[in-house]
Amino acid sequence: MTNIARIKLSNAQIAWRAAQDITDGAYVNLGIGFPEMVAQFQPEGRQAIFHSENGLLDFGPAPAAGEEDWDCINAGKKAVTIRPGSAIFHHADSFAMVRGRHLDVAILGAYEVAQSGDLANWSTGKDGIPAVGGAMDLVHGAKRVAVLTDHVTRKGAPKLVERCSLPLTGVGCVTRVYTSLAVVDIDAGRFVLREKLPEISVQDLQAVTGAQLYHEGPVADLIAPAL
Amino acid sequence: MDKRLASVTEAVSGIPDGATVMIGGFGGSGAPIELIHALIDHGAKGLTVVNNNAGNGHVGLAALIEQGQVDKLICSFPRGPSSEVFTERYRAGTILLELVPQGTLAERIRAGGAGIPAFYTPTSYGTDLAKGKPVAEFDGRMYVQERWLKADFALIKAEAADPHGNLTYRMTARNFNPIMAMASKTTIAQVTEIVDLGGIDPEQVITPGIFVDHVVEVATPQQEEVLNRAEAVYP
Repeated sequence: MTNIARIKLSNAQIAWRAAQDITDGAYVNLGIGFPEMVAQFQPEGRQAIFHSENGLLDFGPAPAAGEEDWDCINAGKKAVTIRPGSAIFHHADSFAMVRGRHLDVAILGAYEVAQSGDLANWSTGKDGIPAVGGAMDLVHGAKRVAVLTDHVTRKGAPKLVERCSLPLTGVGCVTRVYTSLAVVDIDAGRFVLREKLPEISVQDLQAVTGAQLYHEGPVADLIAPAL
Repeated sequence: MDKRLASVTEAVSGIPDGATVMIGGFGGSGAPIELIHALIDHGAKGLTVVNNNAGNGHVGLAALIEQGQVDKLICSFPRGPSSEVFTERYRAGTILLELVPQGTLAERIRAGGAGIPAFYTPTSYGTDLAKGKPVAEFDGRMYVQERWLKADFALIKAEAADPHGNLTYRMTARNFNPIMAMASKTTIAQVTEIVDLGGIDPEQVITPGIFVDHVVEVATPQQEEVLNRAEAVYP
């Protein structure tokens, strides 16, 4: 059995892989936290425009510490900057962009993804304070909804499953999953394996996946640079 | 026509116990801190508050909740870096929460201001947040019916106002403020500067004065993030 902790991609490498699929000129929303890293890895010569739910399209990097202007923040409530080409708008317009399918790609984190494309990423179902933010809007908002995730939980349980056990964020919404071991598409209610780390066999990958992995033709090697 | 008021105290003096109050802002950006603090001083209780969040630290919305003035919060994300005030009250069962997806919250407010009692959205279909709501299929896809959201008062923050109540905003402090102005019977805007008529280019007006009842100048508004770094407490 492969030692997956030793071979798996880092979060930065998963974000790098997702960034390779974003085309020049795409309008993209990155979920708060881990998915935000995708912006750092845009391939040379491509420029995506990033959308922030609080009413901002195309923003610049974080200002230096002490130079924050708290009127200029992103959806994660971190200070950002505006720059030539930025656009600012109110919240209803912002979610019209989302819900109206004007975004090309939304990239989110996940607790679980089901082979049907169902996503659970907003509630652990336990007794915490429920908070949903824009996640339920985003999963129906983009032409492509991709998920970045470790292939398994910290305890080793599969995160790609037949059916989600946690409260759903959306039904049948995810189109591609970038994991620490593989790239998997969701097609007609099935997980279709597109790429995997060369160090892991299909059999070993299947063993840490909670639903059947299909493959059509050859499975490409998933190779990310050291980051 | 002159919508200018002399003080935030005067501006909030008509808010009664039990009112529904929309409060602008996303986190601290666009939050009308001085109007909220005036509402704390005014003391209205039993309020239903609509905001994206639940406040942080012990200022602004968090302070209003801490003073026991809020019975119910309608929001999308009641967690923050220091949202302990809401968390404690929620766990103790002394505040009700209506959790609404962020885009649905924005559209319910917009619909309230636009006279549209209900609409269908794909958001939340098949999830716990759609339970009990009517659903319908349009062009092969399932949608959830959501209702408008209106309020008695909106407390909002803007950048410049003229005496007619025309408003501009500063950077991402715009967020929920323009739509809350539309959805409330009485809209009170605190602004950094009140200019004469003609001082705002009509083509730059973001909220037309028809949606605004009162404007009050707060020349150097406080920011929640800055107050919280200084561990400020109100009152």
